[in-house]
Amino acid sequence: MEHIVIIGNGISGVTLARHVRKLSDKKITIVSAETDYFFSRTALMYVYMGHMKFEHTQPYENWFWEKNRIDLKKGYVNTIDTDNKTLHFAEGNTMTYDKLVIATGSKPNKFGWPGQDLKGVQGLYSKQDLDNMQQTAPDNKTCKHAVIVGGGLIGIEMAEMLNSRDIPVTFLVRETSFWNGVLPEGESQMINRHIKNHHIDLRLNTNLKEIKSDENGNVKSIIIEETGEEITCNLVGLTAGVSPNISFLKDSKIETKRGVLVNRYLETNIKDVYAIGDCAEQHEAIGNRRPIEAVWYTGRMMGETLAQTICGNKLQYKPGHWFNSAKFLDIEYQTYGWVFSEHGRPEHEKHFHWKHEDDTKCITVAYNKDTKTFLGINTFGIRMRHETFDTWLTEQRDVDYVINNLKEANFDPEFYKHFEQDILKAYNKQLQTV
Amino acid sequence: MSNKLNHSMSLASPDAFHISTKQKFALGIGLVGLLILALALFNVNLPNTALFLTLALGLITVGVIIYSREAYLTKLEGIKNDGVWYKSISSRGFWGWALGIILTSFYIVLYFFPEYLGLSKNGDPNTGLIGLFDPLSNLLSGRNASQWFVYGTLYTIAILAFGYKYILKYRHNRYQQIRTVSVMFFQLGFAFLIPEFMYVMNNDLPYYDLKSVWPLNYYIFDEWSVKGFLSNGNLGLALIIFGIASTFIITPILTYKYGKRWYCSWVCGCGGLAETAGDSFRHLSSKKLSAWKLERWLIHTVLVFSVVMTTAMVYSYLGKDSNNFWLTRDVFIISVIAFLTIIFAGVMYFRGKELGKDAKAGAIGYAAVITLLLIMHFTSTTDHLFFVKGSALRSTYGIYIGSIFSGVIGTGFYPILGSRSWCRFGCPMAAILGFQQRLFSKFRITTNGGQCISCGNCSNSCEMGIDVRAYAQKGENIVRSSCVGCGVCSAVCPRGVLKLENDTMDGRINPTEVLLGNDVDLMDFVNKK
Repeated sequence: MEHIVIIGNGISGVTLARHVRKLSDKKITIVSAETDYFFSRTALMYVYMGHMKFEHTQPYENWFWEKNRIDLKKGYVNTIDTDNKTLHFAEGNTMTYDKLVIATGSKPNKFGWPGQDLKGVQGLYSKQDLDNMQQTAPDNKTCKHAVIVGGGLIGIEMAEMLNSRDIPVTFLVRETSFWNGVLPEGESQMINRHIKNHHIDLRLNTNLKEIKSDENGNVKSIIIEETGEEITCNLVGLTAGVSPNISFLKDSKIETKRGVLVNRYLETNIKDVYAIGDCAEQHEAIGNRRPIEAVWYTGRMMGETLAQTICGNKLQYKPGHWFNSAKFLDIEYQTYGWVFSEHGRPEHEKHFHWKHEDDTKCITVAYNKDTKTFLGINTFGIRMRHETFDTWLTEQRDVDYVINNLKEANFDPEFYKHFEQDILKAYNKQLQTV
Repeated sequence: MSNKLNHSMSLASPDAFHISTKQKFALGIGLVGLLILALALFNVNLPNTALFLTLALGLITVGVIIYSREAYLTKLEGIKNDGVWYKSISSRGFWGWALGIILTSFYIVLYFFPEYLGLSKNGDPNTGLIGLFDPLSNLLSGRNASQWFVYGTLYTIAILAFGYKYILKYRHNRYQQIRTVSVMFFQLGFAFLIPEFMYVMNNDLPYYDLKSVWPLNYYIFDEWSVKGFLSNGNLGLALIIFGIASTFIITPILTYKYGKRWYCSWVCGCGGLAETAGDSFRHLSSKKLSAWKLERWLIHTVLVFSVVMTTAMVYSYLGKDSNNFWLTRDVFIISVIAFLTIIFAGVMYFRGKELGKDAKAGAIGYAAVITLLLIMHFTSTTDHLFFVKGSALRSTYGIYIGSIFSGVIGTGFYPILGSRSWCRFGCPMAAILGFQQRLFSKFRITTNGGQCISCGNCSNSCEMGIDVRAYAQKGENIVRSSCVGCGVCSAVCPRGVLKLENDTMDGRINPTEVLLGNDVDLMDFVNKK
């Protein structure tokens, strides 16, 4: 029986395992050094906030794995000998495979800041990070102040977590406005205000210079690059993005760049070795996508796709229309298609932006200014229907159609106030003034 | 031993989720109100009962109001679940168990030893806790209070005060607010005030909470009840006809259009308490597959029991001679058999494919047993349907299901089993509505394409123990018998994935293997197989 070994029990590896099991009778082993069972990484924040217990982040009950004959192996892979198809574990033992899938995800970026390895400095990615945070910042007496470095999705989650325990947070963001490498200006600035409304000390245009230690090797304070200001703190969250977690591959024959290099079939340069999820890097980016996509959904899609290939129906990874979502404190965000920020926006892309007066809801619709084709939408505080936008993108609807039919795409709960009329009015007004 | 969750290795207190001084003050006010009730319970002679009753109920209400305003109005609108799994009372810690024991004891005394609450016998004045409520009862209906009046008043206060709290908690969510106003209205009006006023108008009428539908209202077809209605002219007749129509006409139509939520989380009193006072415990329900299996057997067994019990009851007081009254025992039994057969055959024929193996086995098993008993009845000489006295079945049901299951366990165990263990495991009304919701209703919770991140907030907050995430992460709509449509899964979803909707029956159940957003050819290939 063919033995499929998957390194990493995140969404990519587990999706793959589930689909391989559905399609075949192969022997499947998932290796992880992080946890015994698959959990939803995106839910770690809710454990710290007390909304859930850690066990609730596990989407499958513990009996699921044995019942579906998916073997779980706890261990850390030190090296991979692809010539002999053998994994060598840090614990000293080995395991052979017929097909190997690398799905080891990411690790938080560290940019060589002095003091970045002190006790109390951490990212927020793994179960261990959660445990560390529980220990460093159990309450606002033990952790009197926290500093978060890096204005992205994980940074704002970490700020929300600390906020839930009334721990004062200073949030250092390198950019001129929160996440404005991705979000257009109007949206980004609305989120700036929302962060401040939560009494989070948001510092834009601000870089970290160094992290200072006390006599026990714990974080004592940080120094800001621009002003030299020293901020006393007990926890420093490093949330300046993530990069593929593949250092264990450096002595193997598997070709890597930032991530594990794969072709459109998610194959590496070595036969029978594949890579999926955050740690995979496409030779050439697919459409507007980045070569490395560190997103929950793409990890899952790669798992769904590769299962077909492994089970004999060779398929390219060919994702459909881009979509994503996040939540910024109390404001939900969804995106369908492509909406570029001021950075890297193609010349033909034009935006229609509408914002509600309460400053917690807005949308941005991107369209081609020459052909009027709808390109994508960002929506904040209003839920939209994935299926509707997916269809409109496939049908290449024009922007007028989308704005006039927005109601069809609304996914807010019943009895919610609708804003389609306001949006349409604003849109027509904008057309007149142009 | 403490069951309290404590992940932190820190020696410092992990109790980061403190309450403010103002909240402590509010708790104090509420406790003083409870203390007055406790004093009355222990037969301290309070001089001016009207004043002290007003004070007690007022202080409890004001305490909850101040506490809630401080908890929610001091923060921005949004999901407010911080610390629910750390707080002792809402995470089966010491205070959770303490509250559970107090509530359970209260229910045992209420149902089985009302004399300890001060209920008098032979028309003597009430004493103790029930005596304290006499002034209010006299004001409303001109009679002294009973243990049920005390219970009803406290129940209504709980729904109103905690309903207010819930509305503030979800002040960004109009579905939650309107739904809560609805349960508050139905409790105050239909369950509490109208029956009192009906008594004032006509004191021979049996107590009738118009929104309480058979089989949840298991005593409506009791002999004393039916006679009470029938001896009261047109009003009584209208009420009993409304009672029958509620079960057989109104309920199926509304459930078809809106799902069982129209009742369970908008109207029902049990649901009303669970959604308001029980909200802090909703996450405690078990999401295990084994709990779901138990639920399916238990709730349907209670339903069968209630049908058998009611049939036997009604049978026992019907006559044999059609010259006296058209509805004789034989007519009645034949109609029951015909009705059940039509339902059974219809479901097996039209929806048989959708039923699980255990559901089919259960349905066929129960149908066989009931048929056998009824056939034996026609061929035997005994006077009792099902060979047991109807009244014995009725009193067994009343004690074990009506009192112990729905009251003592259903509500007393809120802090241990979650707020809806009665609705989930026991309520025969919920079983009927759920049966229809699963097979014949426009209601579903729509999953938004491929947006689910498997975080589990939805499953965690489902008071009915539905593993919502199991569906959402497959891109599949949630169509489940037990869903009461409270809408909290949708509210707490951080990615806007869930929406409660009434739409067409077509494509309502849509299992998928590959989710929206991936390769369209792959989706076609896999999902069509």
